[in-house]
Amino acid sequence: MNPKMKVFSYNSANTPIHRLSGLTKLICFLFLTFAVMYSYDIRVILSVMVFSVLLMRMSLIRYSQIRVMVIYVLIFLATNAVISFFFSPEYGVSIYGTRHEIARVFGISLTYEQLFYQVTKFFKYAAVVPFGMIFLLTTNPSEFASSLNGIGVNYKAAYAVSLTLRYFPDIQRDYHDIYLSQQARGLELSQKAKFFDRFKNSLLIVIPLIFSTLDRIEVISNAMDLRGFSKSKTRTWYTSRKLNRQDALALSLSALVFLVALSVSLFINHSRFYNPFI
Amino acid sequence: MNPEPIIEFTDFTFQYFSQAEPTLHDINLKIYPGEKILIVGPSGSGKSTLGHCLNGLIPFSYKGEIQGSLKIKGVETSSLNIFQISKMVGTVLQDSDAQFVGLTVGEDIAFALENDNVPCDPMRQRVREVARMVDMENWLTNSPFELSGGQKQRTSLAGVMIDDVEILLFDEPLANLDPATGKTAIEIIDDIHKQSGKTILIIEHRLEDVLHRDVDRVIVVNDGRIIADMDAHTLVASSILKDTGIREPLYVTALKYAGVQVTGEMHAGHIETLQTEFSRAALQTWYGSIQPAEHLNARPSILKMEDISFTYDGVRPVLTGINFDIREGEMVSIVGKNGAGKSTLSKLLCGFEKEDRGRILYRGEDIKDKSIKERAEIIGLVMQNPNQMISKPLIFDEVALGLRLRNVPEEEIQPRVEKVLKVCGLAPFIEWPISALSYGQKKRVTIASILVLDPKILILDEPTAGQDFRHYTEIMEFLVEINRLGVTIILITHDMHLMLEYTPRAIVLAGGRKIADTAAAVVLTDSQVIAEANLKETSLFALSHLAGIQDGTQFVQGFIDYERRLKNR
Repeated sequence: MNPKMKVFSYNSANTPIHRLSGLTKLICFLFLTFAVMYSYDIRVILSVMVFSVLLMRMSLIRYSQIRVMVIYVLIFLATNAVISFFFSPEYGVSIYGTRHEIARVFGISLTYEQLFYQVTKFFKYAAVVPFGMIFLLTTNPSEFASSLNGIGVNYKAAYAVSLTLRYFPDIQRDYHDIYLSQQARGLELSQKAKFFDRFKNSLLIVIPLIFSTLDRIEVISNAMDLRGFSKSKTRTWYTSRKLNRQDALALSLSALVFLVALSVSLFINHSRFYNPFI
Repeated sequence: MNPEPIIEFTDFTFQYFSQAEPTLHDINLKIYPGEKILIVGPSGSGKSTLGHCLNGLIPFSYKGEIQGSLKIKGVETSSLNIFQISKMVGTVLQDSDAQFVGLTVGEDIAFALENDNVPCDPMRQRVREVARMVDMENWLTNSPFELSGGQKQRTSLAGVMIDDVEILLFDEPLANLDPATGKTAIEIIDDIHKQSGKTILIIEHRLEDVLHRDVDRVIVVNDGRIIADMDAHTLVASSILKDTGIREPLYVTALKYAGVQVTGEMHAGHIETLQTEFSRAALQTWYGSIQPAEHLNARPSILKMEDISFTYDGVRPVLTGINFDIREGEMVSIVGKNGAGKSTLSKLLCGFEKEDRGRILYRGEDIKDKSIKERAEIIGLVMQNPNQMISKPLIFDEVALGLRLRNVPEEEIQPRVEKVLKVCGLAPFIEWPISALSYGQKKRVTIASILVLDPKILILDEPTAGQDFRHYTEIMEFLVEINRLGVTIILITHDMHLMLEYTPRAIVLAGGRKIADTAAAVVLTDSQVIAEANLKETSLFALSHLAGIQDGTQFVQGFIDYERRLKNR
């Protein structure tokens, strides 16, 4: 198979991260995400970010796999930063209670407080996203489903998520084939075409894609019915396994990170924010 | 034989809610424990519907009205749900790729147990046991997509056997399999039958391939009725196959060509059981009388590959040093097992991928710099699944699409589309919605939508996949017509009949290399090429030996020439 197609889908490797159970990874992911989302202390956020990058190295994820995702995230963050500045330029001042103006941008004053607040927020997202990527790329879809089911999500919903992830590469491949064959018929999707034409033309790919995907869905749902899927309220999982020492270690480590982030806010900053201006 | 039938249809009629007429009429059928039954019939005959009634998909997934009675193990199925039925009837669906639910072999086999809430440890134990029964215990952690075709079949089989069902139902097990894998699949089914004594039902239209191993009875379904229920020897001796449009075994066709009256006593159901004492002389006379056809094509080269190599990832070569030269007006097949590089080859020709080394020449001219769109005006590609190509609701618009995208004036489009629809036999449907067409007609629409660009070369990927004999013949004769109009045709296929009957020349790929480029009759009688490319020796070759004819390859070639002349008459 074309390795280019493997972008953003589970890749199997044998690293300590891959070896953790899916449930462990999901809970760790939630702990670490809450830690970062709760705290507005840039020291905590940066340390967690360093930690997340280390984990990413450890799980052997290559940049090429996440490039597209990273670009989208950066665009999102940039837009977010600009919009929050224009809509509430004084938010930083109201949080930190001081006011140090640097310059005026389009008639709006830019303060150190606002800048600090926005930089903190930027890194907050930047620290969370790698966890999400690690989780998605190192957890095979079935384990993912069983771990969702493990924390109480209905197994049918969990399975639907896993099947979507499972078929993602296939559908990507279908998309690519259809795209090429429509291009041979003369379809133009490059920058040369006008926006409206491009939209209209992309329908020429989406419609065949939907129909061939529906074919796929009919087969798989018959196959599942015939083997008793959805017969009872619960099910067991072949991939589930007992948590071992590594799982316990990972769980305690992420719980610790969560508690440290929480305590820094509660006992040192006495607020969710770290205030260097006083 | 046990007098209590395990499956019993009594005056059974079924009508889909979406259909005006019943699909099955007055079915009366008894199947006894331990029998091995083959159900054959053309597309649309109702044989798949019969299967769906047995495994509970009807009425669970496909709704309709049932009359009469169907009992499995003495219990009326209308009182059961699909889950209870699935504990008695295990179904292996036709597309073994699409039916994998699990991500590893072990997980896929375990699927039914997971749904039964079997705890993890006993589940793993049972999975290992069943995997051992089908020789897959060393593959439990592999992804189903890393397996060979035969191993995929074994995995699907294990997935239904894990429930210890008494009846195994195979719904077109040979569709999408290459000839060698198909042969293996039939052997696996037979071995399971012999070892376990389970009742086996095989629904298939490829009669000769299933009859590679013994079956107890063959049931022929046509127009929703059972029209025959007999053993294989009697069936091939009768005229039923011809009347219903099911392909009879090739060696039987050859016997009939030779003027031999095939009777039940000749045991012609399998080539292994065939008694040839009385037909030997007739075969030899017939063989001696065939005029060899001229196969020389002295026309100029239209498409040439010179030393083409290609790799997707820079590590694993997909094609290595491919050379061939196709002449104008030829009809060539490219064969080889899955992953041999056939599809990649067609992608290179269309410019979807760029070769790493070598040249592609069209009429002696390098086409390296032509874009995908420009190449499409020379080389048209028809994909296997018509649903992957059709993007407009109306036939006219679909066929006109390529011209409209090229900004051809509308007054020129009209006559061109009409002409092409006429060639393709679709003229009466010009204003129809595509959704109202049958699969074969959709296939024609996709061919028409490519032909409208007036390509000189047409590449078709598995044009007859999943088609019964009648539709297969229709599509192929249609391609012959187009070929006569001067279009060079390249067929990517693993259908051996197609190679033999329609393409005088076959290019065989294995492991990304060309291993043969010669007459189809030579390819299908060369044991080394057959083994390397996952093909199967044609039964005509075996027949020639039975008839005491030395040159088997020449005999096969003679058969092809004779048949072609018969069709052209």
